[in-house]
Amino acid sequence: MHDLYRRYGKGLTYSFIGLTFFWLIILVILPDFKLLESSFRPYLPVVDIGGPRDVYTLSNYAQILGNEVPFRVLGIEFMVPARIKVFILTIFYSGVVTFITFLLAYPLAFYLAKVASNKSLPTLFLLLFVPLWVSEVLRSFAWFIILTLKGPLNAFLMAIGLISKEIRWIDGYSPVVITLVYAYVLFMLFPLYSAMQSLDSNQIEAAEDLGSPWWRTHWRVILPHAKPGIASGSVMVFMLSAGSLLVPAIINSPTGNWFTQTIQGIMLEGQDWNAGAAFAFMLLLFCTIMVSLAMRVFRVKLSDIAK
Amino acid sequence: MHLSRKLLGHIYMVAFLIYLLVPLAIMSGAAFNASKLPTIIPWKGLTDQWFIALYNDNRIWTAFRNTIVVAIAVVVIAVPVGAAGAILVNSISGRFRAVLYGMMVAPILVPGVVIGISTLLFWNQFSVGSGLHLSVLGQVSYIASFVMLLVLARLQSFDQGLEEAALDLGASHGQVMRRILLPHLYPAIGAGAAISFFQSVENFNVTLFTRGGADTLTVYVFSKVRSGITPTINALAFLMIMFTIGMAIIYETRRRRAATVEAAREAEARRAEEG
Repeated sequence: MHDLYRRYGKGLTYSFIGLTFFWLIILVILPDFKLLESSFRPYLPVVDIGGPRDVYTLSNYAQILGNEVPFRVLGIEFMVPARIKVFILTIFYSGVVTFITFLLAYPLAFYLAKVASNKSLPTLFLLLFVPLWVSEVLRSFAWFIILTLKGPLNAFLMAIGLISKEIRWIDGYSPVVITLVYAYVLFMLFPLYSAMQSLDSNQIEAAEDLGSPWWRTHWRVILPHAKPGIASGSVMVFMLSAGSLLVPAIINSPTGNWFTQTIQGIMLEGQDWNAGAAFAFMLLLFCTIMVSLAMRVFRVKLSDIAK
Repeated sequence: MHLSRKLLGHIYMVAFLIYLLVPLAIMSGAAFNASKLPTIIPWKGLTDQWFIALYNDNRIWTAFRNTIVVAIAVVVIAVPVGAAGAILVNSISGRFRAVLYGMMVAPILVPGVVIGISTLLFWNQFSVGSGLHLSVLGQVSYIASFVMLLVLARLQSFDQGLEEAALDLGASHGQVMRRILLPHLYPAIGAGAAISFFQSVENFNVTLFTRGGADTLTVYVFSKVRSGITPTINALAFLMIMFTIGMAIIYETRRRRAATVEAAREAEARRAEEG
């Protein structure tokens, strides 16, 4: 800090501090405190705000309970509040999305890092970037078109004789998972690639020379080396999926509700901002726990993830 | 590396590119189909009516203008804020640095829904109503993090001795900043501005909760998809994809030309050495 003062003088140092203060305090921290504070306030008509009924309460959080619906896990059925069920399923399917993107991206990352010639790399990356530059709303819309009942996917599968009757794709969580995978697979690919790139190819050759079959080379040499990339890609894809509103809302599967859609319903259709704040805070809390857990499990720092 | 496995790698690469590009091709194709619904089957004949409908759609032009205005505002605020944060965090060390760095990076991982709602509630208590100005502030809160990361990475290769020398030679603080630090940071600032612009145009979650009644392109397309879709959206998608591909081709040709020039120069140098 002192160093900064000596180099840039009083005026500039204060403007650096001022800008950072504006960002972190005004734009990030205070709004989050306001979110927390609002989440304990009841939903009142305007005249009652600030009146005797305006007291802190847990009623917004209690809204996640109630309206119990059956929920089947491994053949056992229990009764669970509808919104908790949506929350659990959102987390579960975000995990599924993360795992599928990893399976899809891993071979490609390896190919780009160790097999593809250096000359073709820039062109390949450019081709990979093209879909990323096309907006997410349009990419989701593309899958909506593909998956509709009379859409190209059913027509194609029927034409090659794989199915005899159209499949209702837009049902349950699978269309949401399919579209999320498509939307976020590249966020898994790039961290994996940069982690694998730093692996010395001689290590792979040494393993092969010593008679290791290809799968063991991957399991014992390449996978451990790529761990920071796996952590960073997984956290990124998981957070994007769990926090995505655009993809589930565009696909709009009748039986595949996402937790963000619950929040949107409360905020924009119900106009109950305080309950919306409570639900948003639960999502924030959960995300914080997940990121800390991932950092523990993979033994990585925040700076590794943010790359 | 065995030949067969290498071949497998090439095949996978091609399959993956097809997987990425086919949905975009299908979406573009539907823009030219005379069918009232956005689809490529059944094919009802080639038409340009959806492009004409797009051109005559006033709401989309407003949304387009809003998007650009918001994106420019985000760049103008997020770049100085992110750069200042990077310079600050770079100048301190120890535990406080870790805390500050964590606070600057965390917004990237916060769900957009949370940012949108907290921004709306916070400003609302000061009677600042919803609208695109709140969308700008909400977007800056996490987009500044990207700028900070880029500038911080660039600062690692900065030689502070240059600033020392300038100060010793009597340069003012403003001159040190303008003539030494900023020119070094320009590549990172340029990249930061580009990413900020792109992220802002892409943003949906924050904008949805803070926009009030105003449209941006993403929100408009979203509401169109939800309420009676026509292939007008496909026409828009086609134009955007063409724009992206056009930019990619320009970038690629320029890169190739630069690579050719570089190769020629190297060959020349080798000849000169041999001669």
